[in-house]
Amino acid sequence: MEDGRMRVKCNFSGDQKFLENGRCVSKLESMGFRVGQGLIERFTKDTPRFKDELDVMKFICKDFWTSVFKKQIDNLRTNHQGIYVLQDNKFRLLTHLSAGKQYLEHAPKFLAFTCGLVRGALSNLGVKSIVTAEVSVMPACKFQVMIQKM
Amino acid sequence: MNCDSMNYPLYIRSVPTQGELKFHYTVHTSLDVVEEKISGVGKALADQRELYLGLLYPTEDYKVYGYVTNSKVKFVIVVDSSNTSLRDNEIRSMFRKLHNSFTDVMCNPFYNPGDPIQSKAFDSIVSTMMVQAF
Repeated sequence: MEDGRMRVKCNFSGDQKFLENGRCVSKLESMGFRVGQGLIERFTKDTPRFKDELDVMKFICKDFWTSVFKKQIDNLRTNHQGIYVLQDNKFRLLTHLSAGKQYLEHAPKFLAFTCGLVRGALSNLGVKSIVTAEVSVMPACKFQVMIQKM
Repeated sequence: MNCDSMNYPLYIRSVPTQGELKFHYTVHTSLDVVEEKISGVGKALADQRELYLGLLYPTEDYKVYGYVTNSKVKFVIVVDSSNTSLRDNEIRSMFRKLHNSFTDVMCNPFYNPGDPIQSKAFDSIVSTMMVQAF
């Protein structure tokens, strides 16, 4: 669990608050990791074997995302060199916050668990990765997956 | 017996319980065949493999069946060759039950992936299966 990291893009006044927030966010991420491992075991119980990495990412974008968030990832981009960007234009955990700039800085807290979820799911499929997320316009967000060569 | 992605055994059970070391050896050698089979396949097939290692033991023959999940966990069942009553679809359903039970173990929040399996539910599923089959 030490290999995953969550980059938090937000500003906080006071170092103490920042450190504490960082600890909470990584805790959320590691909880997501464990849940992701269990979930993927259940979801892939009856699916045929995956051909390659891209197949695994497509599974995450379609089946996995649908089972968890009732919708698919809207856009998957890759540089074919181990970096994937998953774009969700209406992320379920952000739709209840008002769109606009007011809560933009709090959005990363809601993304930490999901980053862990993706990292855990990938890890149990044999793919080691670092997953980060960023929000530019609510409620759309992008998850960036960097595959680590083992 | 099942092993995780690093090929460490997570669980091993045999009837009769003596001679367990022999089974450890059989299973480890069968893992090589399993690895070979997974890496060789380029298309999406059902994730079940069957292994036959009759030549390994000159005195006794064993039939070794393998099964690999998408999460790289390997299940191995070793059967005495003299037991001819076990059919292919019975072995398949045994693997199915094992996989279902393993999924439940995985979803248990108190279970740490990679640790030996100590779940009583898993134990009882395996016991029932072994009693029925052998």
